[in-house]
Amino acid sequence: MPGAFDEMTLPDGSSRPGYEFLDSWLKATPPDLLALRRAEAELLFRRIGITFAVYGNTDAEERIIPFDIIPRILTKPEWTRLSRGLEQRVRALNAFLTDIYSEGEILKAGIVPPDLIYRNPYYRPEMAGLKLPYNSYIQIAGIDVVRVDADDFYVLEDNARTSSGVSYMLENREVMMRIFPDLFAEHRVAPVENYPEELLATLKSVAPPTAPEDPTVALLTPGPYNSAYYEHSFLADKLGIELVEGRDLLIRDNAVWMRTTEGPKRIDVLYRRLDDDFLDPLTFRPDSALGVPGLMNAYRAGNITLANAVGTGVADDKAVYSYMPDIVRFYFGEEPVLKNVPTWRCREADSLAYVLEHLHELVVKEVAGSGGYGMLIGPAADKKTRAAFAEKIKADPDNFIAQPTLALSTSPTFVDSGIAPRHVDLRPFVLSGADKIRIVPGGLTRVALKEGSLVVNSSQGGGTKDTWVLDQ
Amino acid sequence: MRLRVFHETAYTYETPANSAIQTLRLTPRGHDGQFIVNWRIDIDHDCRLASTTDPFGNTVHAFTVDGPLDKLIITAEGEIETQDMTGVLRGQVERFPATVFLRETALTASDTAIRDMANDVATRSADRLDLLHLLMGEIAGRMHFDTARTDSGTSAIEAFSIGKGVCQDFAHVLIASARHLGIPARYVGGYLFREDGISKQEAGHAWAEALVDGLGWVGFDPANNLSPTDGYIRVAAGLDYLGAAPIRGTRYGGGGESLSVRVSVTEADQPNR
Repeated sequence: MPGAFDEMTLPDGSSRPGYEFLDSWLKATPPDLLALRRAEAELLFRRIGITFAVYGNTDAEERIIPFDIIPRILTKPEWTRLSRGLEQRVRALNAFLTDIYSEGEILKAGIVPPDLIYRNPYYRPEMAGLKLPYNSYIQIAGIDVVRVDADDFYVLEDNARTSSGVSYMLENREVMMRIFPDLFAEHRVAPVENYPEELLATLKSVAPPTAPEDPTVALLTPGPYNSAYYEHSFLADKLGIELVEGRDLLIRDNAVWMRTTEGPKRIDVLYRRLDDDFLDPLTFRPDSALGVPGLMNAYRAGNITLANAVGTGVADDKAVYSYMPDIVRFYFGEEPVLKNVPTWRCREADSLAYVLEHLHELVVKEVAGSGGYGMLIGPAADKKTRAAFAEKIKADPDNFIAQPTLALSTSPTFVDSGIAPRHVDLRPFVLSGADKIRIVPGGLTRVALKEGSLVVNSSQGGGTKDTWVLDQ
Repeated sequence: MRLRVFHETAYTYETPANSAIQTLRLTPRGHDGQFIVNWRIDIDHDCRLASTTDPFGNTVHAFTVDGPLDKLIITAEGEIETQDMTGVLRGQVERFPATVFLRETALTASDTAIRDMANDVATRSADRLDLLHLLMGEIAGRMHFDTARTDSGTSAIEAFSIGKGVCQDFAHVLIASARHLGIPARYVGGYLFREDGISKQEAGHAWAEALVDGLGWVGFDPANNLSPTDGYIRVAAGLDYLGAAPIRGTRYGGGGESLSVRVSVTEADQPNR
C-alpha cells in the first residue's frame, strides 16, 4: 500500500525517534553480512527446534516460521501509552465477562444487545452465576494492535481464549542477542526474558483462596498433534511446571489431581491451552478424549482455577469487539486509550447492505474466526472471489463483520530484493493477576513478507520480528 | 396423584474398572403441581456425594469411587405428589433470560427438512400456544417411536430424517423447530406414570418446554402428543439432552461395560404391579 506510515523513515528521508542508529547501521551494513546473519539466525531456530504446523497443509507439516532479522523499535513514550491502553482494555474485558456471567448490567442498559451474547456460541451458560476468584477471567491476553500513523494504536483483535505466540517473542529475542550483540550494546532494550516469571506469578496469584500459599500450577495441552505444542512444552519448561494432557489428570471429590511417579499431586491452577469444548466430556462435548472428566465440577466447586476461564471466547468475538469502546466507557466512565477499527456488523440490515456494496474496499471476517482463516480482503480479491464471498455473507449475515482496509504501518524488512518496507502488526501479551497487570515490554511483531500484503498470520505466509522497546 | 419412583442404573464391568466418576441430574425439585415428599440417591460404594445446583437450576450430584469395581449401581427413589397443571410450569425460579433458550446446540440444530416442516406449521396459526400444539401434533404424526434406531448422541436432524426415535429424539425435533421459529424451547428429563398400567420401564421420559407469552413455560410431549399431566415428574432441564442427562460419567481402566436401567413409576399407595 503506497503511502503507508513507515516506522523507521519519515517521508523526507530522516529517521524517526528511536531508529536513528539502526537506520544508519542498516545503510552502512552490506547486504551480504545481513544475509549471513539471517542464515545464522535460521540455523539457531532449527537447532532450537521451534516449528509450527499449518492446518490443511500436509506437505509441510512442520516448518520454521520465517524470521526477519531487522528489529522493530518502539520508543518509551510510545510504549507507555500503548501499555496504558492495553491495561485498560484487558480490565474492561474482565469487567465485561464478570458482568455478563452475573447480572448482565451492560445488556440491561442496552449497550450490547443481549442476543449477541446469549446466543453466541462462545458464551457458556455453564459459567453463569459462577463467582470466580478476583473476578479474573482473562489471565493471559494477546491483544493484536496496529498503527497507521505516529499517534494512534488500533486494536485489531482481542485474543481472550488461548492466545499463542509468546514463545516466538522469547526465542526471537534470544536469537537476536546472539547474532547482533553489537546492536544491543548501542540500544537500551527493555528485557522480555522475565516473561515466564511474570506468567507464573500471575497464575499463582489467581489460585483459589483455599489453595496452599505456594500453589501448584500445571499446563494442560491437547498434545503433540496441536499446532502450538512446541509452545506448550517450551512454556512448561520455562515456568518449571508440569506439562500434562487430559489423561494425566483425574478428578477426585471435586479436586484436580495429577498422576506422578510419587503418587497423585493436587493441582490448584491449570494453565490450559485446550479449548472449552474439549475440557470436560461430562459437561461439554461427550466425545472429547483430550479433556478431564469432571473438571467443570471441580471448577464450579472452586477447587481449581482455569486460566483462561471457561467462556472467555464471547469477549473476543469480532461482533462484540465492535462494542469495545462502549464497553470501556460503561464500566470505567473513561475514554478508551486504544482505538477500535470502525466495524460494520452484518447482522444489522443497514450495515449488511453497505458491506455488500463496498466489498471491494473492505476486509470481511467471520465473527469467531482466527488465524486469518475465512476472511476476505476486498481490494486484493478478484470479482469472482468477492461474488462468492458475498453469497456466504448473505447466507449467514450474523457470522460476519467488515472493516475498512487499514494502511498498516510498515517496518524495514530484509527480503530478497534488499531492505524494504513491509506491513506489521504487534501482539503484546497482557498478564492479569489478582494483584496487578503485568506486560513485558514488547510482544510479537508479525510481518507480511509479501510486498503489499496485509496478512501477517504465520499460516498465511507471515513472519516475525523481534520487538524492541527502548528504555530511554 | 402420589407417585413412587424407583430408578436404578447398573453398570457391570467384565474387567474391573480402577475408578469411576459420575455426574447425576437425578433429583427433582419442587414447583407448583410437584411436591417432593421424599427422595434419595444411593450409590452401592463408599463415596462422597457432592451436591450443587447448576446454572439451569438442576440439582447435580457428583461423585468418584475407587475400584476395583466390577459393578456400580446408582439408585434414585422417592415419592412425589403431583397435580395436573395442564402442562404449565409455575413456581420455579428462572435463572436465564429466555433468549438463552434460542441457542443452537449440536443435538438441536435444524436443517432444511425441519425448518420447512416448522415453517409450514407456522402458517396454520398465529397464536403461539396453538402453534406449539400443532407443531407437537405434526412431529407426533411424522415420527414413529422406535428404540432401535437412535442413541443418546442422535441429533434432531438425524432423527427427523429417518422419522424414528425415542422420546429424547421427539423432544429434540420439537426444540429445533420451535427455536427456528424464534420460540425459546428447552429439554426436560423426568419420569412418566403410564396410564396403560405398565410400571416397569427401561428409561426415564423426556419432553420439551416452550415459552408462551402470558403463560410462561409450557410442556409439550411430542412422543405422546400431549402436554404434561399429573403423571409427569419433572427432574432436570437443559438446552438439550446433554444438559439434562440423568447420568454423565466415565470410568478409568476396566472394560466390557454393560448398562442396565430399571425404572418404575407407580401410584404410591398401590403395590407394584
